[in-house]
Parts: sequence; structure tokens; C-alpha cells
Amino acid sequence: MNACFPTRTTGAADETPVDFGEFVRSRGGRGSIVAQPRMGFSDPNRMREGLIATKKADAQTVGTLTLDSYTRVGDHEAADTALREGIALNGYPIVNHPVETTKWVLDGVRDDDFPVQVRHGSATPLGIFAALVALNLNATEGGPVSYCLPYGRTPLQDSVRNWSQCCEMFTRLQEVGVEPHLETFGGCMMGQLCPPSMLVAISVLEALFFCHHGLRSVSVSYAQQTNLDQDVEAVQALRALCAELLPTVNWHVVIYTYMGMYPVTDHGCDRLLASAAELAVATGSERVIVKTVAESRRIPTIAENVAALEHAHTTARAYRPEIGGSTAELADSQTYQEARALVHAVLNLHSDLGQALLLAFKQGYLDVPYCLHPDNAGRSRSYIDGDGWLRWGEVGSLPLGHLVPRGRSRRITSSGLLEDLSYVRRKYDEEPSTRADRSVEVGV
Amino acid sequence: MTMQIFADNTLTGSRGTVVVSGVASDAHTWNLVFLQLMIEELGYDVVNLGPCVSPELLVAECEQHKPALVVISSVNGHGYQDGLRLIDEIRGSSELVATPVVIGGKLGVAGELDEGAAARLMSAGFDAVFEDGAKTVVSFYDFMAALPSAATPLPGRTRVAV
Repeated sequence: MNACFPTRTTGAADETPVDFGEFVRSRGGRGSIVAQPRMGFSDPNRMREGLIATKKADAQTVGTLTLDSYTRVGDHEAADTALREGIALNGYPIVNHPVETTKWVLDGVRDDDFPVQVRHGSATPLGIFAALVALNLNATEGGPVSYCLPYGRTPLQDSVRNWSQCCEMFTRLQEVGVEPHLETFGGCMMGQLCPPSMLVAISVLEALFFCHHGLRSVSVSYAQQTNLDQDVEAVQALRALCAELLPTVNWHVVIYTYMGMYPVTDHGCDRLLASAAELAVATGSERVIVKTVAESRRIPTIAENVAALEHAHTTARAYRPEIGGSTAELADSQTYQEARALVHAVLNLHSDLGQALLLAFKQGYLDVPYCLHPDNAGRSRSYIDGDGWLRWGEVGSLPLGHLVPRGRSRRITSSGLLEDLSYVRRKYDEEPSTRADRSVEVGV
Repeated sequence: MTMQIFADNTLTGSRGTVVVSGVASDAHTWNLVFLQLMIEELGYDVVNLGPCVSPELLVAECEQHKPALVVISSVNGHGYQDGLRLIDEIRGSSELVATPVVIGGKLGVAGELDEGAAARLMSAGFDAVFEDGAKTVVSFYDFMAALPSAATPLPGRTRVAV
């Protein structure tokens, strides 16, 4: 293919990168996982080193360019100042670095066996998408709801409009033979304490939003929560709803290793990551985004990321799940019923899904517990039950009255909230280490 | 089992208003949700501005609410840079010259800030710096409990060691 472009120095992968979705579907699933880091550095040299290390890791991997928070909120001036003053950012500022610099970062690293996805978190991502299209970077993630509500002050209406425009910009890559891929971030709302049925519903709705705007290659996320059995039930519900509703077969599931307060001990971190890999294998999920042992302390190093990728890979290879209940039983679970009720209530509000999402939040049909965004009703509450399952405390106006028993109202205190927020950290840190040689207590 | 970190002594009657806010580039909110509940339990009304608050918005909200205290919380590693930017804006407002303003959380990308960085935040105009650590919440609670109930300036800027 280089022969067709004799004046170019870049490789074929830069002209026609592989479809991220097809790649993951061919390597992951059926007991295998594709492992992916959340890695981003502001220094191009370090970013390139990180991608190379990910590629060389002893695991089936895909690469990540995680962008920094200034780029995420569109404050490119602040990113520029930090670059000039040599202050490290918490990710790669793709809009500020010249196109040539990013091409150099990817050159010879990104190829048909190593696709790269851009992760950002922006509700105003037009500049980011323009940079991606200019670089033929054809995989990213987010969504009109999941990158808006938890993360800032952008009105939901603006986010829906921005994401519509970005989907349209992104799908223009199809005209030049490049398949763009979008992953929903909806399976992660607030990172923790969002009941799984809401995570499943928002992930499905965002995938439908992408498909309605022309995307043909999508993935749906689900972030590990407080209990493995409940998580298995949730991912089966997610798979069932995707099979029923998505207008493409080119979809897969990505599991995010726990996104809330992370354990502080090495054995706790290792065990929690292993549990995420086991969740993926048990549910036939194709991809896992890992977390590292440094997660609770600081931004992880390249070596810590590689160790996490390899640990997820080794765990998945060794894990043979016991089948508890048939797929049909799991698919007709409480989580499936709730998620299905939420999805259909939203779809029935308006023929345009963007408008339907806006109406749903206005009417409280979607309401994310503890979310401070002005467009979130803020009447729903959640708590961790005695069996470790995440349940609804208050449902507000959610269309779940027939499914969720009305319990007594719980007063939420700061200490009660902190107890729930740190439940997973405590559970995994306090579990006796099975790897005595590595049980290093981390002093704070 | 309840992990009680401090007595649940909800007071009656407001001791004043506290503004709780994230910084411009920080999207995290659990720290803000927790702080709101805790400060309310101490008897204050809380105006929670949520995440990603620009210095301009923060100043406008503080001028409107005339808070007894402003609590800035950041955990994404940009707290140091963003904190320096916003305290300049706050101290630049004639109405907010003496308003107590504190900052806490994970303030740098490399884990702990160096000694000099905390001192620079103080000399830039913060009244206290609470770096993330095992006892941070207890220290902050003690600091809050000792606050005068009206919007009066603190006697002097002292670093709260945690």
C-alpha cells in the first residue's frame, strides 16, 4: 500500500487503519480477552514508549491514547501553558500537539495487529474529533449522556448536539474506506454506586444513539461494581438488550475494571483486576480495560500498566467459570427487567433518540444517583445491601415502580456514604493475600 | 458494620453558608458529594457548585452567597495549577479578600506535593491546604468544627499539617 503513496513516509496503517471493533471481536470473546490500558502522557516520547510497551506486553492488547483534563474541558490554552512550562499533564493533549508529532507517536506502532483508541471524557469534543479525523484515528469512546452528566457543567442539550455533530464528522471516515468505532461510556456513570440496570440502560441507549448517527462498529461498556454475581447478571442483560435492539452485528462488550475508590494494597488491586477479567470470561465479553496497583495513589507508570495487562491476560487464560444458571435465566433477571423497562420508556418518548434522552432526564425517567449535574433530577438514591449487591434506595420518577419494592426511606449520612464508597476497597484490602511474597502494605 | 469516622451530630439552625467547589479541569464529584453531606451535618448550608468550575463562575457565586468558607476539592492531579489560578481571581475581588478559602485532595500528578508547593498555595492566598492522606478527613473535620460561625476572616494563614 505504501507503493500507492510514494511521497508519504507513513505506513499503511495510517492510511487504512483496521476496524477496532472487528479486531477486538476476532481476538476477544469465547474465553479470551483483549486487554487495554488507560494510559496517557503529555510528553510525546513517553506516550510512544507507553504504546510500544503495551504492544510488546505478554497479552493480547490494544493501545490507548488517554487525553488530559484540559483538553477534555476544551481549555487548550491551559494545556499549552503547561506544555511550555514543562508541567506534566494527566494525559496526551492531542489538540495542542502538531499533527506531525502525533503521527510520529503512532508511526510503526499502530498497525493491523495493534489498533489504538483515543479516550477522553469530553462533552464538547468537536476539536478532539477534528484531530482524530485528521490523523485517521478511527476508534474513540464517550457518549452524549455519559460524558456530560458526571463530568462537568455542559448542559445536556449542548452535549447531545455536540455528540450528534461529532458522530456525523466521524462517520465521514467511512467515505474513504476507514471504519470508525465508538464505545459507550454509559456503563460507568459516576464510577460507582449506580445500580447496574441504569448502567446497562444508558450503555444500550448510547450505542443506539451512535448507530442512529451512522456508526456501524460500536462497543458497549460495563464497569465492574460491588458483587460478581450481580455483575454477571448485568452483563448478560446488556448482551441480551444489544442483541435485541442494535441494528448492527459489529458490537462487543468492554468491561472496565472497578472505577470507584480503588484498593491500596497490592494484593487487593491484583485481586480486583483479576475479578474483572473473570467477569469478562464468565460473560463472553471481548475486552477489558485494566487498572494498576498504583491507581489509588497516582497516575501509573508504563511498567505498572504492562504488569496490569499481563495480570488480566494470565487470569483470563486460567479462569474456567462455573456456569450458574442458564443464559436464558440470566437474561430474564431482575437487572434485565429493570434495564429493559428503562430503555423502552426512553425510546417511547420521542422518535429522535437525542430528544428522547433530553425528555427522559427532564421527566426523571433517567436519574443517576448522587449526580450533581443541573439536568439530572437527583431524586434517585442507591446503597449497598448486606449481601454486597447494589440496590435502589429511592427510585424517584424512574419507571421502575412495578419492579422495585418500595422500601423505607434511608437517611444518607456522610459516614454512610463513605462506607459505601469504600466498600470495594475495604473488601479487597482486607481479604487475606494469597500471594504472601507481594503483600506489601502501602503506607500513606 | 458501620465505619464511623466522626460522631453523627447534625446540628439545628444554620451556622452560615459554605461554598463547595471542584476546580476548572477536574470532573470528579464524589469528593464534592461527600463534603456537602459532612459540612451540612456540621450545621452549615452548602452551595455545591459541582465539578469543572471556572474561576469566573466561582467568584460570581461567592460574591452572591457571601460564604463563611469556601472549600475547594480536587483529585485529578491538576489541583495545584488550577488552585493557583482560582485563588488569584478570588483575592482579586474586593468582596472576597478576607473570605476563608481552603483547598484539599490529590493536588499533583506525582502523588504528594512537595513542601514548597503547599507553601506556594498558602502564600498565594489559601488559608489551609489539606493533602490527601489517611487522616485528612479528620483534620478537615476538626478545622470545620473550630470555625467561627459567622463570615469572619481567620486570624492568620496557617498551614494545617496532616
